[in-house]
Amino acid sequence: MMSHSLKSNLGEKIVGKPTPRKEGPGKVTGEARYIDDLSFPDMLYGATVRSQIARGMLKKITFRPDVPWSEFVVVSVPDIPGKNYIALIENDQPCLAEKVVNHPEEPILLLAHPDRYMLPNAVAAVSIEYEPLPALFSIEESERKSEIIWGQDNVFKSYQIEKGDVDAIWAKADYIVEGEYSTGAQEQLYIETQGVIATYDCEQGVTVWGSMQCPYYVHKALMVVCDLPEDKVRVVQTETGGAFGGKEEYPSMIAAHAALLARKSGRPVKIVYDRAEDMAATTKRHPSRTRHRTALTKDGKILGGEIEFVIDGGAYQTLSPVVLSRGTIHAGGPYHWPAVRIIAKALATNAPPHGAFRGFGAPQSLFAMERHMDRIARTVKVSPAEIRRRNFLKPGQTTITEQTISEPIDLEKLLDRALVLSDYESKKSRFRQQGKNGKRKGGLGIAAFLHGAGFTGSGERYLSSVVGIEGQPNGGVRVLVSSTEFGQGTNTVLCQIAAEALGLEYGDVAIAQPDTAQVPNSGPTVASRTAMVVGKLLESAALGLKQTLIRAGMLGEPYAAEEFRCACRAYMERYGELRSLARYEQPDGIHWDDQKYRGAAYAAFAWAVYVAEVSVDLTAYSVSVDDFVALQEVGRVINPVLARGQVLGGVAQGIGFALYEKVEWRHGRMQNSQMTNYIVPTSADVPPIRVYFEEIANQHGAFGAKGIGELPMDGPAPAIVNAVEDALGIPFNSIPLMPEEICEALTAAAGPPSAGHSFSGVR
Amino acid sequence: MRSNPAEFEWAAPATLEEAVKVLAGDPDAWLPIAGGTDLMVQFAAGTLERRRFLNIWNLGELRRIDGFPGELQVGAGSTYTDLRENDIITREFPLLGRTASWTGGIANQNRGTLGGNVANASPAADSLPALMVYGADLILTSTRGDRRVRYEDFHTGYKRMNLAPDELIRTICLPRRFSGYISYARKIGTRKAQAIAKVCIAAVGRLAKDSTQLMLEDVRIAVGSVAPVPLRLRNAEQLLNRRPLDEARVELACKAAAAEIQPISDLRSTAKYRAQIVNNLVREFLDTLAARERER
Repeated sequence: MMSHSLKSNLGEKIVGKPTPRKEGPGKVTGEARYIDDLSFPDMLYGATVRSQIARGMLKKITFRPDVPWSEFVVVSVPDIPGKNYIALIENDQPCLAEKVVNHPEEPILLLAHPDRYMLPNAVAAVSIEYEPLPALFSIEESERKSEIIWGQDNVFKSYQIEKGDVDAIWAKADYIVEGEYSTGAQEQLYIETQGVIATYDCEQGVTVWGSMQCPYYVHKALMVVCDLPEDKVRVVQTETGGAFGGKEEYPSMIAAHAALLARKSGRPVKIVYDRAEDMAATTKRHPSRTRHRTALTKDGKILGGEIEFVIDGGAYQTLSPVVLSRGTIHAGGPYHWPAVRIIAKALATNAPPHGAFRGFGAPQSLFAMERHMDRIARTVKVSPAEIRRRNFLKPGQTTITEQTISEPIDLEKLLDRALVLSDYESKKSRFRQQGKNGKRKGGLGIAAFLHGAGFTGSGERYLSSVVGIEGQPNGGVRVLVSSTEFGQGTNTVLCQIAAEALGLEYGDVAIAQPDTAQVPNSGPTVASRTAMVVGKLLESAALGLKQTLIRAGMLGEPYAAEEFRCACRAYMERYGELRSLARYEQPDGIHWDDQKYRGAAYAAFAWAVYVAEVSVDLTAYSVSVDDFVALQEVGRVINPVLARGQVLGGVAQGIGFALYEKVEWRHGRMQNSQMTNYIVPTSADVPPIRVYFEEIANQHGAFGAKGIGELPMDGPAPAIVNAVEDALGIPFNSIPLMPEEICEALTAAAGPPSAGHSFSGVR
Repeated sequence: MRSNPAEFEWAAPATLEEAVKVLAGDPDAWLPIAGGTDLMVQFAAGTLERRRFLNIWNLGELRRIDGFPGELQVGAGSTYTDLRENDIITREFPLLGRTASWTGGIANQNRGTLGGNVANASPAADSLPALMVYGADLILTSTRGDRRVRYEDFHTGYKRMNLAPDELIRTICLPRRFSGYISYARKIGTRKAQAIAKVCIAAVGRLAKDSTQLMLEDVRIAVGSVAPVPLRLRNAEQLLNRRPLDEARVELACKAAAAEIQPISDLRSTAKYRAQIVNNLVREFLDTLAARERER
């Protein structure tokens, strides 16, 4: 379904078409080289000696004598030439622990050896004595402050949002609805584990190749740890087998480790984590707890409310302030709040730092919001669809940060369409008729939500990204960005945008391998910003390239693709280089107040209504997602196959978040760091996912694009748990929702042992 | 990978006779490996204690399925795929084919063997309850000769079994007397496929007309993942056999089953959930029996 504003764009030849993936053939034929496929002459393999306890003072390190230590390179804190921290926001996370450890996977020493198989024994042969200190393992323990493990109060960051007069609403309320909701940690589980190769050379400095999302983050971290100037650090992204946010900040750590070993040994060093180390030691989604207290009129309109949103950041601050920020701004969902107070905190615990994961705080606070909407519906006694309809944001109204909705989004229509597509009403009456008998119970759940595209608030202005494009000797062009491909489609979508902007064929556009020595800093590949923000800059850079040819008198408009190629070749023959750069400038009318947390939080929001159909097996207490409708408005869809793929993957990951993926913690350490016991859904657990798009062109995005990558992670969990409540009449407010909890709830409701279905006998 | 391949030795005898000889030479040092679907996981995790692998994968004597008049003899080296594709198993021992289809994915089923599954002795193994209810015998072999034991008594404790260090499992023998039985099996895993069982069950039984009413006959129920070993629910069976199938019986049988199992809480599930599931599955089995009877 197209909206009016898109009509003018329908002449597009490449944007909006399912062009094949640029890197697809390499991946399919096996020509693509991932980091562990690469090998350098004289290369060593590195490994990490980690803390064994959650918190304590390091006392003594001993090396068991039965290991030939002379064959090993050993790096400890004194080998760090620069500063001992991984540069990010607060710079509180050491590269190697020096006096204290703050989580049970903290790196202490690094080892390298020519034979990778010699490393596990050697790691085990380093014994470390500690003086243990009391540790904190949950939001509640951190809040109680029985120990102060970070700063003055265990608080990494807090925000407060105030809109309207919250204190005045309670007296006017017909209903006040309260609820508490929580979400668990979740592992990104990219197929390719973290890995890098580093080389070090006195002349050239340090070079790191690796699997990553943000080459310039790694670049910055290496400059600090290695004490090298900008031009002596080079970072190259190799083919990356999945990331989901998990390769936003952690690659800086593993790259710094490999660089230190390379510097000390004078040889290339590869570090590739095995699955168990990757799962246990690297970042996961922040566990969260959200409390809602909402004032409503008698017909269920929100008067206002208080929301408390708390996330567990783990042992170091890392990206927690930014995750908290996005979670806070999304905490009110796609609803109109005349008055709201949001208090948000990221707290320290003695677990490995939690970090970026698709959705970045929003799936947590939106789970709470959308579960709470169903609670409100039940209290006010209107349907879940109707309660949402009565409270949806409308154009001209403002969000919780008082950003005015200026685009013509009609959430009621979006909801109506989702209900029709999911056959909601007739399924609902069928489930009602099934009543209490039967071995399975069906239910339907709705989630309505939004997701802001690009960096929050002033983020894009601070990033000040630069994007380039250059002519090629064959007359085609090459895109120059540090934006990375990790399965989501960056290469393809950016090449489509450049080809469309220049009137070229898709095949005329190539994209450079992200290499900090070759490409400008187009910002990190995060926050659903690439198609929208980087794409828009690329469009500008491409137009600049075209103007250069026109001004040189080599090209006149209109032109055919072949004329462009001729002009490009001619220009390069005469001048040697044809290149155009574009730098981000904040669009007019976008204002953000970082102090009051007020203003235009995002340049664009994507909107969605998802409907989940589940059945609960009353013998096994397991939930099966049987049908799923994912309807979203994401601006212009640049590549329909890749966009659909983003939604399919996001919904599958959301099903895992809701029903399967449970990190079993023990004293801050993940116990189930294997794929046999950390359970993600397989194709057998994922229903047919029916994906639909609405398109409202976004003036801030390339050809009208908004962000899409994270959005589909936000809705599935609340839609599914809402559906479970619809099926069983029991509210569950914590995910992952495991069969054991459903068993507990149902058997408690049914009384002692012989629950389950009743025996029907022989007639 | 956390094991160092250089620290491991690999012997690959060409025949079963040679294999038992090698094993007899230093029984405690060798670790027989067939499909390796579990051992390779432990190898990768660096948790194997023994350092010498004795490869018995694809030995001709072990990889055969022979139907004799009274008995089906399944070579211990038969893979899950072999079991799934065998006509006699499909017809007469359907639980074995079905449970074989639950283990791992296609690749695992092409490698994993029934004998390996028995010797690996995981209480959560999918196929072992089926062997129990079918009253399997095992033929064990060594340089000292063969001996035949009841499978039901084979597992003596967690990962402990009635198998001498110099012995290999040669054959799994199944009496061909279960045609006409109603069979039931279910696995409650951590997800719908490629999962390890939280609870699994296999059961067979018959309903026979006594003078006036339908009586349960030869009900056999075995469960996995709720005790240190795969477990036959003997007490529950006894309460059911030669009795009419009614709610009171079901109740009694479920109570008996609950007393026989020893579930634990672990990374996969809780003891309480497992106990409730055994209760529900025993009921579901008896319900299935009743429903089949109604269909007749």
